[in-house]
Amino acid sequence: MPKQLTKELQQMQVEVEKAAKGYGLDFFRACYEVLDYDEMCMVASYGGFPVRYPHWKWGMEYDRLSKTHEYGVSRIYEMVINNDPCYAYLMESNTAVDQKLVMCHVTAHNDFFKNNLAFRHTNRRMIDDAANHATRIRRYMDWYGVEAVESFVDAVLSIENCIDPHADFIERHSKDIIDEEDERFFGEEKVERLPSSREYMERYVNPDDYIEYQKKKLKAKKEQQKHFPVQPERDILRFLMAHAPLLRWQRDVMDIIWEEAQYFAPQGMTKIMNEGWASYWHSKLMTEKMMEPSEVIDFADRHSGVVAMQQGQINPYRLGIELFKNIEERWNMGRFGPEWERCTLMAEKRVWDKKLGLGRDKIFQVRKIYTDLTFIDEFFTHDFCKQHGYFAYGYDKKKQEYIIESREFEKVKQKLLASLTNAGQPIMSVVDANYENRSELLLEHEHDDKDLDMQYSKETLKNVAKIWTRPAHILTRVEERTCMLSFDGTQFKEKIIDRAEK
Amino acid sequence: MSLRNNQDHSRFKDIIRGRIKRNLKEYIKNGEFISKQGNEKLSIPLPRIDLPHFKYGENQGGGVGQGDGKEGDPISGKPQEGEAGAGKAGGAPGEHAVETEVSLDELADMLGEELELPRIEPKGNNRLSNRRMRYSGIHHVGPDSLRHFKHSFKNALKRQISMGQYDPKNPIVIPIRDDLRYRSFKPVVNPESNAVILYMMDVSGSMGEEQKEIVRIEAFWIDTWLRRHYDGIESRYIIHDAIAKEVDRETFFHTRESGGTMISSAYKLGADIIEKEYPHDDWNIYLFHFSDGDNWSVDDTRLCVGILKSRILDRVNQFSYGQVESPYGSGQFIKDLDEHLKEHEKIALSEIKDKEGIYDSIKDFLSQGR
Repeated sequence: MPKQLTKELQQMQVEVEKAAKGYGLDFFRACYEVLDYDEMCMVASYGGFPVRYPHWKWGMEYDRLSKTHEYGVSRIYEMVINNDPCYAYLMESNTAVDQKLVMCHVTAHNDFFKNNLAFRHTNRRMIDDAANHATRIRRYMDWYGVEAVESFVDAVLSIENCIDPHADFIERHSKDIIDEEDERFFGEEKVERLPSSREYMERYVNPDDYIEYQKKKLKAKKEQQKHFPVQPERDILRFLMAHAPLLRWQRDVMDIIWEEAQYFAPQGMTKIMNEGWASYWHSKLMTEKMMEPSEVIDFADRHSGVVAMQQGQINPYRLGIELFKNIEERWNMGRFGPEWERCTLMAEKRVWDKKLGLGRDKIFQVRKIYTDLTFIDEFFTHDFCKQHGYFAYGYDKKKQEYIIESREFEKVKQKLLASLTNAGQPIMSVVDANYENRSELLLEHEHDDKDLDMQYSKETLKNVAKIWTRPAHILTRVEERTCMLSFDGTQFKEKIIDRAEK
Repeated sequence: MSLRNNQDHSRFKDIIRGRIKRNLKEYIKNGEFISKQGNEKLSIPLPRIDLPHFKYGENQGGGVGQGDGKEGDPISGKPQEGEAGAGKAGGAPGEHAVETEVSLDELADMLGEELELPRIEPKGNNRLSNRRMRYSGIHHVGPDSLRHFKHSFKNALKRQISMGQYDPKNPIVIPIRDDLRYRSFKPVVNPESNAVILYMMDVSGSMGEEQKEIVRIEAFWIDTWLRRHYDGIESRYIIHDAIAKEVDRETFFHTRESGGTMISSAYKLGADIIEKEYPHDDWNIYLFHFSDGDNWSVDDTRLCVGILKSRILDRVNQFSYGQVESPYGSGQFIKDLDEHLKEHEKIALSEIKDKEGIYDSIKDFLSQGR
């Protein structure tokens, strides 16, 4: 059972939050719970939630976490959930310095959840809702059988990442759908005419060829609307939920999984920023306010563990904190804007300091309006890349190992951005739900230099077909050739198509 | 203390068990487990269990790293797939296999389920059963010495409260006859049965290392299965070429002899041991004989059949003969046995082609449940 905070920890929380507020951090009320390692592993396997719907994957994750913990491979220091109030967990066995560090770290995460725009539409009552989801799915299991519900959940979970993370911010579909009723009333007159106030001007404002052009456009649009979906639909999960022939409980299960996936999406989109922000603030709060002289060594040890560099992979903690520090420094010294960009004299640049002191304001603004992709795009500069020794690597087929491909800024940045696009997941969309006029489902993979993992794709396609209850296909590119992977309910077929336009 | 995720965890374990069962054949023919016993944990590599999803293939695209090195240098350590997980960086290693631990007993049970082996009903359980009384029940009647105070008191209290006779200010509880409860016993029968397995192996020149490996693995799994059913099991080992001798386990599995083959010598020795030491009324006796089926002469084979008929078959639970295919042997012996003893219900014959065949052969031997 979660234990009450000790007096010392309560005191610590008050002090940390006071210091954080002093710097201008703005966060939800935080509830800390102290857990032993086994409970911590359980909560972590549930993605931080005390209760999730029943599924074996949590058991698997728990198995892995508790084993890696027991063998001392890794340990979990903290967990924090985006919720109002914000829940965070402390490991019982942590030392006092650890707890202090974790509280500083968590407070900054909390601030980030509350203020970053990507989180604006997330459900802040997710702890309650996750528990409700559990109840609902448990009830379905009682009614329809564990096997039936579980295998359906398995199928839906395999397209869990096929959602549209920006759905809350964008209206993807234009509303002006041509209504057949309308057409009968207005006939051809519905073509859009430019406004003209005088009748005699009409001929000149809307000449015949313009009307003709508009008619063509209208026709094309109508033609397109015969397609279903009208535009490619990125949110495959939701599309299937709306259009697959499902039972009511199945639809509800999909809704639950969609909602939870939607809730977690911003965390995937702001990993670098979120961890960078938290690391920046734990280091700031600890070194400037919270730390006792006796704790310096322990703090330095933990902090260096957090931002440790490992060749061949990005440590989001490190990249994030370095970028935030870099931004703060640049805006403090005025090293931005056209004037700075235009300056080509190295000597001048080296001593450039306008003493603007805008750094703090800037990083607060950055934490509000950026996500990883835009963050890197805007602030991962040439100088930064060189200074911190980033490189791009790739797989060498001859040597059968990963090698450093380039240290050129453009290439590094391009790779970095590519790995952040769609949170590193391939972009798939439904392009035709009536493929071959046989109500088969056609998915298209937006190929960007990287092939899909075929084994995984096959299994996923199987699950998609299971939900859709009709054959399903994926259009993708494999080794430079357009390829159609099909599953008809019993077997797979791969077909190479070299379409004319590609 | 139990965690809330017990259900999820045990569901996951079920899935793992399912996977192990599916690949059981692979694990059975693996000789590594032979040194294990009963409750010892075996670690079994399993392909990673995962929910499929659309993802990029391996070795596609690469990524960005940080640190020293020139262009073209290999980077140390395989990069991990970026997994957006909770906690600190560095989750699961890039390996696609997980090690799972199961005990040998569990594995034996899975083997039983998978091969649909019947549970063995030990004979002689009437004679040697051990009856004991266990005071595990509650009754309405009984001697005062067995009165269960807590139960009686609770009942009295319940009755008084429901009848409105209980006064919290003056908490006196007076039990009446109906309230009293007594401990009662249930007889528990602990069948005590004895079993002995007699392994006989042909170690003549024609039995090579590979053949012996097969025998070793098969004997191990049979041993494991039978040990699941009998508590105190004895194993005896006999090796033979032209003459037979009893040896210890170590020698049985590792010896290399050469010479001719007189199977009758082993059967004679086996029959002697049984007659002398294991009266068949009290003992469940299993005989396993492994050979490449190349007996010295037709006469000797006839002698074998004679010994089996007169001295062995009516005393044992089962006589099993496994013939390992060998490049040198003629493999005649199994045909002879089949011809002469086909009708006999206590005989089980099996041909083992190679390691793959172990699985089916175990089924041949143990599917009768004797």
